[in-house]
Amino acid sequence: MRHARDVAIVAFAQTDTLRRTDELSEVEMVMPVLHDVLRRTGLKAGDIGFTCSGSSDYLAGRAFSFTMALDGVGAWPPISESHVEMDGAWALYEAWVKILTGEADTALVYAYGKSSPGEVRDVLTRQLDPYYVAPLWPDAVALAALQAQALIDAGSADEPALAAVAARSRTDAESNPHAQLKGEVPPGEYLVRPLRSGDCPPVGDGAAAVILAAGDRARALCERPAWIRGMDHRIEPHSLGVRDLTDSPSTRLAAERAGAFERPVDTAELHAPFSSQEVVLRAALNLDDTVRVNPSGGALAANPVMAAGLIRLGEAAARIHRGESDRALAHATSGPCLQQNLVAVLEGDAR
Amino acid sequence: MSKEPVAVVGIGQTKHVAARRDVSIAGLVREAARRALDDAELTWADVDAVVIGKAPDFFEGLMMPELYLADALGAVGKPMLRVHTAGSVGGSTALVASNLVASRLHSTVLTLAFEKQSESNAMWGLSLPIPFQQPLLAGAGGFFAPHIRAYMRRTGAPDSVGSLVAYKDRRNALKNPYAHLHEHDITLEKVQASPMLWDPIRYSETCPSSDGACAMILTDRAGAARSPQPPAWMHGGAMRSEPTMFAGKDFVSPQAGKDCAADVYRQAGIADPRREIDAVEMYVPFSWYEPMWLENLGFAAEGEGWKLTESGVTELDGDLPVNPSGGVLSTNPIGASGMIRFAEAALQVRGQAGDHQVEGARRALGHAYGGGAQFFSMWLVGAEPPTT
Repeated sequence: MRHARDVAIVAFAQTDTLRRTDELSEVEMVMPVLHDVLRRTGLKAGDIGFTCSGSSDYLAGRAFSFTMALDGVGAWPPISESHVEMDGAWALYEAWVKILTGEADTALVYAYGKSSPGEVRDVLTRQLDPYYVAPLWPDAVALAALQAQALIDAGSADEPALAAVAARSRTDAESNPHAQLKGEVPPGEYLVRPLRSGDCPPVGDGAAAVILAAGDRARALCERPAWIRGMDHRIEPHSLGVRDLTDSPSTRLAAERAGAFERPVDTAELHAPFSSQEVVLRAALNLDDTVRVNPSGGALAANPVMAAGLIRLGEAAARIHRGESDRALAHATSGPCLQQNLVAVLEGDAR
Repeated sequence: MSKEPVAVVGIGQTKHVAARRDVSIAGLVREAARRALDDAELTWADVDAVVIGKAPDFFEGLMMPELYLADALGAVGKPMLRVHTAGSVGGSTALVASNLVASRLHSTVLTLAFEKQSESNAMWGLSLPIPFQQPLLAGAGGFFAPHIRAYMRRTGAPDSVGSLVAYKDRRNALKNPYAHLHEHDITLEKVQASPMLWDPIRYSETCPSSDGACAMILTDRAGAARSPQPPAWMHGGAMRSEPTMFAGKDFVSPQAGKDCAADVYRQAGIADPRREIDAVEMYVPFSWYEPMWLENLGFAAEGEGWKLTESGVTELDGDLPVNPSGGVLSTNPIGASGMIRFAEAALQVRGQAGDHQVEGARRALGHAYGGGAQFFSMWLVGAEPPTT
């Protein structure tokens, strides 16, 4: 589908993802990233046409946590601004739509998550059906293990294959200064069979920010803009009992609508916090071995909840900025066992 | 570049009450969505995308409820976005949905906002623990009372104005079958005699805690042409935010509110809102916010808002009816309250507001605010399609 305007990611910044950031408030964690991404374009907060953020009150442990983060943006004089209680990838989607309407030419998108104050495995159980499932407290690793076992039972993977995904991710993360877990990581003990600790993401705190711009503004702000050729997201039923956990039809549909299958991509940044989820996503997206998957190390190397999806978009765009990719796919997920998925296709100008 | 015009062709609300113990959260939202689809004479299959909003997840104890609600809202296989901008969220959610149509990404979008306050206690959900907030700042009333007092001092408004608003809104609510509070024996004296909660806010000048949901079907020009009922057309919409607190902030009349209104009027070609707008659905959770917002939104000069209220201009049969539905003072499912304002404005210009219809309403403003009076969202809808 051809959109009314050409919109690109022109800058990306992220924090190091750290196991704990007790000394930092969310605002203090976000502010350096905001300054960093603005500095890359030379823009000031007041130059931005639209601002949108993604976060979750449940990580912060308090209602309206995002209101304080806004103070860090410097929203004075008042700004056109919105917030999604989702991963920042969806904030980027909202900002992209806003630019497509013509009401803004530039957008600042940011996301952050501090998992360290609580037990994120338990916190995420509060996403589940509150009457029938959440009271049982099935944690995020247990649900991912169900998916991994289904995949093994279907013959689509085995434990060594999953371990290889994790090993490749952490080896790739060695060149990523922001990654939390990198290098040779032992497969470890079973956390929940068949998932070992090595198949699971590290728990960490982090933030990320992106700047979007339309047409000539993008060209003026960035040497090689990462043009958003298409972006779409789809949701599946909530109940795990009515889904085929070995497949991701929502990812496939979103990719199709985003134009991902029109031409091959050279890079894919997949938001797969568990090794088994990369297997599911690769199949849904028809990614073969010619595609460089998660050169950043992906969510297995750093998984700041609510920012990890936005970081996939940022990492894919940054590779285009640096000339390391010409056409990249970026993916973000939300909910248990890949319930909701977003796919964006990014391209650099021909060289 | 041109935007696609956006039309409201379906509106659905639940009967707002203190506790809907007969339905789950999913059942509550589905009821409103179903009514909006029925109004538009559409089915779930006609909806291309869903945009949902609510105030903090802590109110129901459910993190990111869009995941659990995907099935109930027919969103499976579709895009679904979840907006959260505090009390302004109902309005912001509708604006995000309208952008999906305006950008021509989707033709028909279901937007919905809800709160099921009976699942918890919002008063304490809003009373943040030390060190986030000072002690004894219980609930929203404790935050807003000093700003109301500042307004009274600044303008010299007499003490009686707040009770006039409450008395008006509660009487208007009697004409709205979906309103939560139906106080058939309401009198001005009863409002004035009600207990003082957060001086100068009396019990009868505060909003209730409600369970409820509100849904709208937004569509493009082609969708509007197929609408069985008259559409409401969007002529302008905007959001503005400013920091929660800083030395230069005017809590009585925040700059973000002024800027947001000015942007909407510019888009809609409104030069004199007082004359050109026929009805206003304004976010008034505490009665004194009516005169305050009358000034902030440009309906009255600074210091003059209370005079409009006192002279009866904002009554249902007045020259500028404010909250003909009974407003937030009569119905407050927090996350839905902003969308109810937007939807009630649309009902007015569609001529479908029933007993609380403002006669001949052609243009109406829906208004919402949230946080520490820092987030604003507004839209202006009309009976005619926009000309630009």
